[in-house]
Amino acid sequence: MADFVAEVSERLLAGTSVSVIGAGSRTRVGPARPANALSSRSHQGVVHYEPTELVITAKAGTSLTEIESMLAAEGQMLAFEPPRFSDESTFGGIVASGLAGPRRVAMGGVRDHILGVRLINGLGEHLRFGGEVMKNVAGFDVSRLQVGAFGQLGVLTEISMKVLPAPEVEETRCFQLMAEDALARLHQWGQKPLPISASHWRDGMLMVRLSGTARGVSAAMQILGGDPMLDAVQFWRGVRDLSDPVFRTDLPLWRLAVPPTTPATTCPLIAMDWHGGQRWTVAPQGDRSPFEWAQNVGGHARCEAPERPVSNWQQTLPEGVARLNRRIRFAMDPNGLINPEDEGLHHAN
Amino acid sequence: MNIDSFIETLALGVARERILSSDAARAPYECDGLTMFRVRPKLVVLPETTKEVSHVLKTCKAAGVPVVARGAGTGLSGGATPHADGVLLVMAKFNRIVAVDPLARTARVEPGVRNLAISEAVAPLGLYYAPDPSSQIACSIGGNIAENSGGVHCLKYGLTVHNVLAVTVALDDGEIVTFGSDAPDSPGLDLLALIIGSEGLLAIVLEVTVRLLPKPEETKVVMASFDDIEKAGAAVSAIIAHGIIPAGLEMMDKPALAAVEDFVKAGYPLDAEALLLCEVDGTVDEVADELAKVEQVLRDGGATELRIARDDAERLLFWKGRKSAFPAVGRISPDYYCMDGTIPRKHLAKVLKRMAEMSTEYGLRCANVFHAGDGNLHPLILFDANVPGELERAEAFGAAILELSVEVGGTITGEHGVGLEKIDQMCAQFSRAELAQFHALKAAFDETGILNPGKAVPTLNRCAEFGHLHVHHGELPHPELERF
Repeated sequence: MADFVAEVSERLLAGTSVSVIGAGSRTRVGPARPANALSSRSHQGVVHYEPTELVITAKAGTSLTEIESMLAAEGQMLAFEPPRFSDESTFGGIVASGLAGPRRVAMGGVRDHILGVRLINGLGEHLRFGGEVMKNVAGFDVSRLQVGAFGQLGVLTEISMKVLPAPEVEETRCFQLMAEDALARLHQWGQKPLPISASHWRDGMLMVRLSGTARGVSAAMQILGGDPMLDAVQFWRGVRDLSDPVFRTDLPLWRLAVPPTTPATTCPLIAMDWHGGQRWTVAPQGDRSPFEWAQNVGGHARCEAPERPVSNWQQTLPEGVARLNRRIRFAMDPNGLINPEDEGLHHAN
Repeated sequence: MNIDSFIETLALGVARERILSSDAARAPYECDGLTMFRVRPKLVVLPETTKEVSHVLKTCKAAGVPVVARGAGTGLSGGATPHADGVLLVMAKFNRIVAVDPLARTARVEPGVRNLAISEAVAPLGLYYAPDPSSQIACSIGGNIAENSGGVHCLKYGLTVHNVLAVTVALDDGEIVTFGSDAPDSPGLDLLALIIGSEGLLAIVLEVTVRLLPKPEETKVVMASFDDIEKAGAAVSAIIAHGIIPAGLEMMDKPALAAVEDFVKAGYPLDAEALLLCEVDGTVDEVADELAKVEQVLRDGGATELRIARDDAERLLFWKGRKSAFPAVGRISPDYYCMDGTIPRKHLAKVLKRMAEMSTEYGLRCANVFHAGDGNLHPLILFDANVPGELERAEAFGAAILELSVEVGGTITGEHGVGLEKIDQMCAQFSRAELAQFHALKAAFDETGILNPGKAVPTLNRCAEFGHLHVHHGELPHPELERF
């Protein structure tokens, strides 16, 4: 198989466009990729991992499964709890899609853990930004800019990510609460230094996960109350990967990111995560109401169902911001050769 | 363009008395915290409103006049050093805390608000703003955005970029845009991440929404002495290997200890080769668990003495010593030069040994304070600017330390920024193509280059002239070392 980096560079240097995918498992949330897209899967392998430095560096095509099992063997984790839509999901795909799981509410998202990248820009130049150290303010933060950019700013080849110790103990507590009461309870707890690492609400039930030391978690359980959950690990995995039955709908599934204190009545809800910051709803095919619901409260919406429309699936950007998006893309890829099918992704109306 | 007519145009949108043009009025603004660089700006403007900032930018862009934004002027890399032909935009009058939302745990503040003032304002709610640079009593949040400031607690609580939800900025042409929001994420590219740490090259910050955290129930600090700096470094790794991320983890070497103890009387052991301060926080039970573990690890790691602060007063005294390291060194030396490299922690012993050799080589003393948890070194080079040649030697020593940081896989700046100070070392850390990419990104925001020109990213010509440092990846000494 041709070397991925060489092939991408050669094509770009020759002025030929290139579309790139990882395992292709995240197209449900990103722009569609053509069938002939080049996969980064062949470009794999962990380059560096030293647990006491709290950093892992791996090639972009390395599978998330491989990385997470390597970390788990040392009692560490990717603290943003990335969804694993397939066992083949790649490290590069994690960065490009910028998706985080339930722990994001406590530990931050992908952008909060990325330390450095190597990427090939539109001129076919293989560049390195950031590094393997925790604090680094030399040059613009091009690494963080790649998170959620869906590969529009370059082809990722290598990524360095901060890792953290996995918690000693995790416990999940369940509460019978309506949405509004669940939000009130979460925000009240949020003002106290409790070791809450995830929350999820659906169907009149609030689930809260506690993570930390044995005594810390047990003390917090006393404060929170609630009922225990038996299959908690399985449950949070279903929430993380959107494989839980609650996300299975006949209608298009929409994800709203909103200020967490937004009232529960803003839109019909099927579920909420992140203390109300991430909400799930459905709307009939072709119905664009979720954009309005989100915009009215200062958030944004994205249509996520597999049968989502190919265009107009994410919130329109304000014109000033849209213009900067286009200019930054131009700065990284002046001839528009990388993933050219995304042209117009960030255009304002 | 004629200066008088330029002032006239500015005065159409900004009160005349807040446009300073006399020598006496401009003199106090000649430098920021890096006092060795002094430039008198052509004009100083103190805007009070967003509209005024827009007007200044539009006027400057039309006339091709550089604009340098300044917060509290505490920056250590010369990021706010004025431009001789430019306007210094002093944001000090943007000093209001606009809103605090206790439920959402956020605060909306203007850029001139001091870092510590945020924590003070929300303290009655049991909340605080986590990033705490040592200058927090004076530095402004706008400056923190420009530099992506850290502090002594950032291993656990992150840098500015991890604690800011949104910024409203003025672009080069005066247009006002907002990046980020109160929601967990925003559509499109993460421009918020790009703005933070951009050293005033991309936009002028007008308002900031910060994330607040609940104050931990309990905080404990343990002080550990070591008779060998390598053992202290190994103990830091051992703490992390045991699954603990301390709230703070700081190291000082013997020369730093001597200077600090003499100044603060914190009770630091003067015979130690290295001192570690390790802070753990959380609920009472969590802290008890972690503290027991930390003590054990430090003992096993060969600590010669362990002391846990008895109460908050003693804990603050332990920290006061560390936070006073700069002024303490200022007492024992007429001048000092503070560096800011970050290295992978595993190379600590090697780097400290090399620095001790350089100290002899350059004939200058060096004291080290170190954010040990995240590998951020602050060597303080002691010199006397009145002794001919010492300033130049100090700068050369500093440059050599930064190149050493890059050589072992680190970076030239962990939290102080590049500014003017480290601009030549950028040529050692980045290739021509990488620097060209930075310039292209700058142009995406500021095509005509009026915002803080000449800072943070060197021109390719400058790197070419700086030949001895202009080394591409792989051509540095020790090419076998990975530097990513």
